[in-house]
Amino acid sequence: MNNSSSIVLSENQWYEIDKIIKDTGNDQHRLIPMLEKIQNYLGYIPVCVQEKISKKTGIPEAEIYGVVSFYSYFTMEPRARHRVQVCLGTACYVKGGKEIADRIKTLYNVEAGQSTTDGRFTYEEARCFGTCGLAPVIVVDGEVYGKVKVEDIEQILGQYK
Amino acid sequence: MIVNKISDLESIKNKTLEMTKLDSVKKTARITVHMGTCGIASGAKDVLNSLKNKLKDEHIKNIEIKTTGCIGICSKEPLITVERFGEEPIIYEYVNVEKLNEIYDSHIKKGNVIAKYALARGKEVELEERVDNNGHIESQKIVDSSIKGIEEIPFFRKQKRIVMRNRGAIDPYKITDYISRDGYMAAYKAVTELDSQKIIEEVLDSGLRGRGGAGFPTGLKWKFASKADSKEKYIICNADEGDPGAFMDRSVLESDPHSIIEGMIIAAKAVGATKGFIYCRAEYPLAVEILNKALSQARAYGILGKNIFDSNFDLDIEVYEGAGAFVCGEETALIHSIEGKRGNPRLKIPYPAQKGVFSKPTVINNVETLANISPIILNGSDWFRQIGSEKSKGTKVFSITGDINNVGCVEIPIGTSIKTVLDDIADGTQQGSTIKAVQLGGPSGGCLPANYFDTQLDYEPLQELGVIMGSGGMIAINDKKSAVDIARFFMNFCADESCGKCLPGREGTRQMLNILNKICDGKGNKEDVAKLEDLAQVVKKTALCGLGKTAPNPILSTLKYFKNEYEEAVKE
Repeated sequence: MNNSSSIVLSENQWYEIDKIIKDTGNDQHRLIPMLEKIQNYLGYIPVCVQEKISKKTGIPEAEIYGVVSFYSYFTMEPRARHRVQVCLGTACYVKGGKEIADRIKTLYNVEAGQSTTDGRFTYEEARCFGTCGLAPVIVVDGEVYGKVKVEDIEQILGQYK
Repeated sequence: MIVNKISDLESIKNKTLEMTKLDSVKKTARITVHMGTCGIASGAKDVLNSLKNKLKDEHIKNIEIKTTGCIGICSKEPLITVERFGEEPIIYEYVNVEKLNEIYDSHIKKGNVIAKYALARGKEVELEERVDNNGHIESQKIVDSSIKGIEEIPFFRKQKRIVMRNRGAIDPYKITDYISRDGYMAAYKAVTELDSQKIIEEVLDSGLRGRGGAGFPTGLKWKFASKADSKEKYIICNADEGDPGAFMDRSVLESDPHSIIEGMIIAAKAVGATKGFIYCRAEYPLAVEILNKALSQARAYGILGKNIFDSNFDLDIEVYEGAGAFVCGEETALIHSIEGKRGNPRLKIPYPAQKGVFSKPTVINNVETLANISPIILNGSDWFRQIGSEKSKGTKVFSITGDINNVGCVEIPIGTSIKTVLDDIADGTQQGSTIKAVQLGGPSGGCLPANYFDTQLDYEPLQELGVIMGSGGMIAINDKKSAVDIARFFMNFCADESCGKCLPGREGTRQMLNILNKICDGKGNKEDVAKLEDLAQVVKKTALCGLGKTAPNPILSTLKYFKNEYEEAVKE
């Protein structure tokens, strides 16, 4: 996990985050949508941002941390330039999703949830995108690739520099 | 415009129907691109854009482009439907930009159908009419009889559409399309003509059971909530479809969002709720977008908000995006999540119907359950009771995937056999392999071997065999795959998704996974199998919530039916 002190956000980023917090209000019931908005904007939710939310809304820091760490949608790690998700839903698994996952991990020396050291890819293993008709599926920056074969991996990811 | 009277709905309906009619001059043809998430992922957007550019470049004004959600047969996408005035519609499969160009030049411009690219003649919404008239609709000329009629294809013929009544027929972004298919007529009836008791009676009499998995009678759930004493009550649509391999809710949300909203209006009137949430997975961005659009249209038409249909009944609904936790599909965990907390489940007494979200009485219904409501109100409980099995009425939607030819979403009368679904609707498996088992009900479900494929898809018969209908995921597994590995897959999922609140859920799943890993890696022994079975029984009996209680099911069912594979794996 990143130490909050090592993360420096720009003035502009803080401005946007403040705005999201203000627009959402300090109702705890709005916490998850607020976190979703912040993550959509920043790509992750570092501890310093959680502290800020707590200060502005009065929701205890521990509670915010508890929510961020509970839901798999949220991450406290900064993301790399490209997000690679391998679907490991049942249909994809049955059709060879695991072999694809293994191939990516070996090729780029990365584990699920981690980023490559060159900051190129963040690798994630996803649940199910509900596009089982195309299994096995990988998603790169939101772009879906269906019926992927292990030997296609390098060519697909090669497009993302 | 604000809809206040039934005549308002009727006039929108008639106007929309009039506008969609093809003629010989102003609107001579229509091309429908079917664009669910699945279609888009296979390239439907390219097809749509290229079509739009073509019409623009050639300054063509008399051909209409329409988009709808998925028509169910995801494995053949991208799909388009071409209609020309006076002629039978043709559905084309595996369409790409090159094929589209050919179809455009030959079929759309000149009327020469390209049979080799075609999936079927006719539209799914006309299927019953086609069956009644020997595969033909009078006003439509048959253009190429070498292509199969849609009613001749088992995938379509063997289905019965109630929940998916509008798929492929309406543009989910247009409320008027929904109204043109009698949309919101049932809500009007419920809000202006029926009282709470009458609605609940109708739903109770229909025999509808909750389609989220447990099969609890929907009317009964509503009855409990209606009796709870509170000014504030909530109605929630559980659209947190987290089962891997299940996508029927996504399909309904994307193709027919108003059917869910209408179901919620009727439910809210029945229980006295004034506020609703649709709890939808953030992993379904298209569904979230479509739902939000549908809600704002319904508000603009006065179908949501204050004083709906001029009847003093108020209801507003908002979409609440989940944040990716399987356990949030469980009612009590979902409630915590909406309150902005960790999605930890709690003991189910008090029930949500008494004490739910923000401690107020709350009804939580699954997407498919809600989509059933308006047809029941409109056609009556007797009509609904004629469909389905002795104990379970209506239809069930399954998402069928795995080692079969037709992957997609199908809706069948409850009581249809597994065999019918696998052999006829799914068109079997690829040559050279056989299906040895089906996995039903996701991580809470189980594996059933081929010699039980005559079993009816119904709550009780499946339960007797140790599997469940669940929310409707069905995965066919061929003889090249190991049942032990499948059990490990689901245990990995459950261990990962355990919220950590109770010990059996947190540690039990982890230990079962460890044993399975050991067995799969060839390091297991006979004692491990016995230990696994013991542990599975303990977790099943002692876990706090549905996720923990059912997590051992994939293990117990594979131990029951594929013990030989475990024995093989632990052979010295």
